[in-house]
Formats: sequence, C-alpha cells, structure tokens
Amino acid sequence: MRGTGSLLRLGLAMGALLVLVAAVGPTLAPYDPAAPVAPQLAEPMPPAAPFYLGTDDLGRDVLSRLLHGARISLLVGVVAMVVTMVIGTAIGLAAGYFGGGVDVVLMRVTDVMLAFPGLLLAVALVAVLRPSVWTIFVVIGLVSWTGVARVIRSEVLSLRERDFVLAARALGARHARILRRHVLVNVVPTIVVIAALSTSGTILLDAGLSFLGIGVPPPTPTWGRMIQEATAYYRVAPWLMLFPGAAVLYAVLTFNFIAYGLAGDGRAPGA
Amino acid sequence: MRYLIGRLMWALLILVGTTAITFAIVFLVPGDPARVVAGPRADAATIASIRRELALDLPVPVQYGRYVGRLLRGDLGRSYATREPVAEILARRLPSTALLAATGLAIAIVIGLLGGLVTAPLAGTWMDRTALVLSLGLLSAPVFWLGMLALYYVGYRWRLLPLGGAGDVRHLILPALVLGTGTGVYYARLLHTNLVSVLGADYVRAARARGASALRVVAVHALRNAGLPLLTVIGLDFAALLNGVVLTETVFHWPGLGRLAFDAVLSLDVPVIMGTVLLSAFLVVASNLAIDLLYRVVDPRIRLG
Repeated sequence: MRGTGSLLRLGLAMGALLVLVAAVGPTLAPYDPAAPVAPQLAEPMPPAAPFYLGTDDLGRDVLSRLLHGARISLLVGVVAMVVTMVIGTAIGLAAGYFGGGVDVVLMRVTDVMLAFPGLLLAVALVAVLRPSVWTIFVVIGLVSWTGVARVIRSEVLSLRERDFVLAARALGARHARILRRHVLVNVVPTIVVIAALSTSGTILLDAGLSFLGIGVPPPTPTWGRMIQEATAYYRVAPWLMLFPGAAVLYAVLTFNFIAYGLAGDGRAPGA
Repeated sequence: MRYLIGRLMWALLILVGTTAITFAIVFLVPGDPARVVAGPRADAATIASIRRELALDLPVPVQYGRYVGRLLRGDLGRSYATREPVAEILARRLPSTALLAATGLAIAIVIGLLGGLVTAPLAGTWMDRTALVLSLGLLSAPVFWLGMLALYYVGYRWRLLPLGGAGDVRHLILPALVLGTGTGVYYARLLHTNLVSVLGADYVRAARARGASALRVVAVHALRNAGLPLLTVIGLDFAALLNGVVLTETVFHWPGLGRLAFDAVLSLDVPVIMGTVLLSAFLVVASNLAIDLLYRVVDPRIRLG
C-alpha cells in the first residue's frame, strides 16, 4: 500500500506540472509555433541551442509547438473524459438500479457499441460531423462510454440490494432521491478511479485520431498531428516524432499513475 | 443447446444493429458519394446517372432494406471506387490482418501469462513496484509511436528487420510485437491482481500444505481461478485490439483491413465501409461467443443456460 500511495503522489505531482504547462506554456514558448523561425527552412534541424528540441521541415520550433500543444491535448482529454463519464454513469446507473427491461435494453445497446472498433467508429463520426474541437470531444465520448457503463452497472447492482437503499425505498423515497442520495454517493470512489483511467484513454484516442489526420484541425498544433507530420522524416529527423510522443506518454502516464494509485495495491483499476 | 441457439440469435441481432448504425452514420455524411465516384470534373448529368446507377436516389430506409436483402444472399455489393465486389476486396485483405491480429494476440497472451505469474509472488516488494511502473510506462505509450521507434531503431539504425510492408516472417515481427505488447502488459496486470487475491484462498493454502511445489500451486491451482476473468477481458478487448490494428497497419504500411476501412471512410466508399465494419463486428461477436464456450471447458462448474 505504501508503494501505491507514492504512485498516487507521483501521479498528482506530474499532473500539477502538466496543468501548469497547459496554463502558462504558450507564454513560455520561445517562438511562434506556426512561424518558420529556423535559419535554414529546407530541412529539419537537430536539437541544438537556441532550438532546444530542434526544428521541423517547415522551420518551426518543436519546443514551442509542444508547449502550445499541451493545452489542447489536456483540454481534449479532460472534456472528452467528462462526456464519457456522464454518458457511462447515466447508463450504468439506470441499468443497474432499475434492472429488468431497462437493464436488458441498455446492456444490449452497450453490446452493440462494444462490437464496433471504436477508432473506426470515431473516424466515421468525425467524417460526418466535420472535424472541430467540439466534434472531437463528443466523438471520443460517444465511443468510450461502454466500459464505464459496465463498471458502474455492476457496482449499482450490488448497492441496490443493500439495507440502506431498501430502507429508503420502504420509507417511500422517490427514485431520483434514492439514486442521488444513496446510490450515486456510494459509487463516487469508483467514478473517481474510472475517470482517471478514462482520461488516459481519451488522451490516447485523441492522439490516435490526430495521427490518422482527423483530429483537432490546424493551425492548433496537437501532439498527435506532430507525430503524423514526422512520419515522412522519421529516419532523418527522429526528434520530430520522439518529443511529441514522449509528451503524450507523459500525459497518459500521469493519469495511469493516479488511477492505479487510487485503486491501491497495484491492482488493475476497474477490474 | 437452447443456450447456444439463444446466443446465436443474439449475435445475429448485434450484427443487424451494427449495420443499421453504420448505414445511418454514412448517410448523414454531408458529402455525396455519387460526386466522389464521378470525380471532381464530372458534370451534373453524369453525377445524376451515377446516382441512379448506384441507387443513391432512393430513400435511405429503402436503400438499407435492399442492402440487408442482398446481404442475406451473401452479396456485400461493389466498391464505389474500384467497382470490385466488396467480398473479394475483404477476402484479399483479411488474411494479412488476421495474421497480424492473431500473432499480436498470441504475443499479448504470452506476455500476460508470464508477466502475471512472475510478478504475483513478488507482490508488495520493490521488484513488483518497479514492474508496475515499467508496465504502466508501456501501457501509456501510443501504439503508433512505439511502432515508429521500433522502425527507427530496429529497422533503420540497426538494420535488423525490414522497414514496413508485408512479405515474409521478418515483416511480421515488429508490427505484431508493437500490437501485442501494450495489450499483454495490461493482461499481466489483470492476472497479477487476480492471482494475488487467489493466492491467499483456502484451497491454495491447502495445496501448499499438502506439499505441492510452488510452481504447481501457482500454475495449476491459482491460475485456473485467476485466469477466468482474464478470458472475458480478452474477449471484450478484441475490439480494442482492432483499434490497435488500424494504427499499426498505418505505421508499418501493412496491407490489411484497418487501412482499407480508414481509406474507405475518407473517400465515402459506402459498400467498403459497411463491409469492413460488418466483418469486424462479426469477428468481435464470434470471439465473444468462443470465449463463452471456452469458459465451460476451463470451469466445468459453469453450466450454460
């Protein structure tokens, strides 16, 4: 337990740094992320002062682009997580609490969604809705809620039969009140763990969509698109993919540390 | 037997559900497939005739009805772009994707079993905590980035393996490893969690008291029970594996279904989109069904139905 407690502290410390960079990163950036600033524009320059992480094929400063990308990556990850959690929790609560026909229908819908490869569904949805930051929020939420719904449902199934819920029902409390005051309150710890875990998932999915070229549209520099733009140069200019990939890894790792730290004992959360 | 029929009916219903959803999404697309087929310089008359030819002028529900009707006769339609039968395109692409996915899954299962069995007895030690941090590091890396790193070092710098494409076994190693590693590490953590909770159980202590070797206790007594939940996860995770396949195929220029589906979405090639989604949904449903049946073999106490 001591070990995983330190995992949580490490995750929170990394998260604080991430939030700080997302908040003030653009003002720290030494150059304009969209402007060609390198003395030679024809080919990427390896990391060396004053371009500490090198420049890309258009002469733009990689460090400045990374710092500007932090905000959008974190924002997409967190907002998409909120969308995921709201849909998943609502469906899981309803299915677990009301049971019977409601449960059957909702879980059948979940099964159909689970049969789709999420990334393809996201690609199709983005094509329909046209890429924008808002589209990405909603689409990632729409394809990632199934796991949340399943975990919340199984938790609620056991809560539903507990004495305090039965007592509240016997006293004539309304469903809305029981759900809010007795059921939801008791799944909050689970929700927190799953929320941290699902943020790591949404950041990865966002990076994947950007990598496929259908994420948040330019000119906002996203880490995923930086990696995609680097694919043509990965042999001659590996730093172009190395740093944005490491940035994604850092952000995802932050939320995984928090989730595993909260779950405790090195357990896999949500299992 | 009744259980099996019920499951099969349900599987069929899921497939119909996925076709309906996909069809609805595709026809909400603001673009016009007929215009895409006709090309950028076609005049209005050509586009109109193509629209009639592809039956795109009919109401969407009618088109869907026709599609399902043809589907029941085993006809997946023809690609808008190449006019080739979709079934043939899928049949040509499926083997390479199946090879990649199966190898990746096998690697993941091996990593999961070994990782779980090795780390479970170490639970609570610094070695276990190191293993946890390392596995979280691997879990957190984007799969396409791992692929590019592998290509750069193993393929380009060290010149050990080819730089993408398909061919012999040497082309398969890197993409399959990249695909399987993250999933395998996740399986290892799950198995670790389950094993630790099982290792304290009475029947495990009893086996130990009877003098069974440590290996036998973990591999036979504990694994049987700790491995069951893992089976479900492998089934549920199959769709996630297909996500990885799309990204891995893109990075390694692997000529499979993932890349095909992605290109089809971007070019509004409706029959190809429908075909790949249907095929992948079929694979997910079939794998879940297979896992359900496998449960029975692993744990005879479970009676189906």
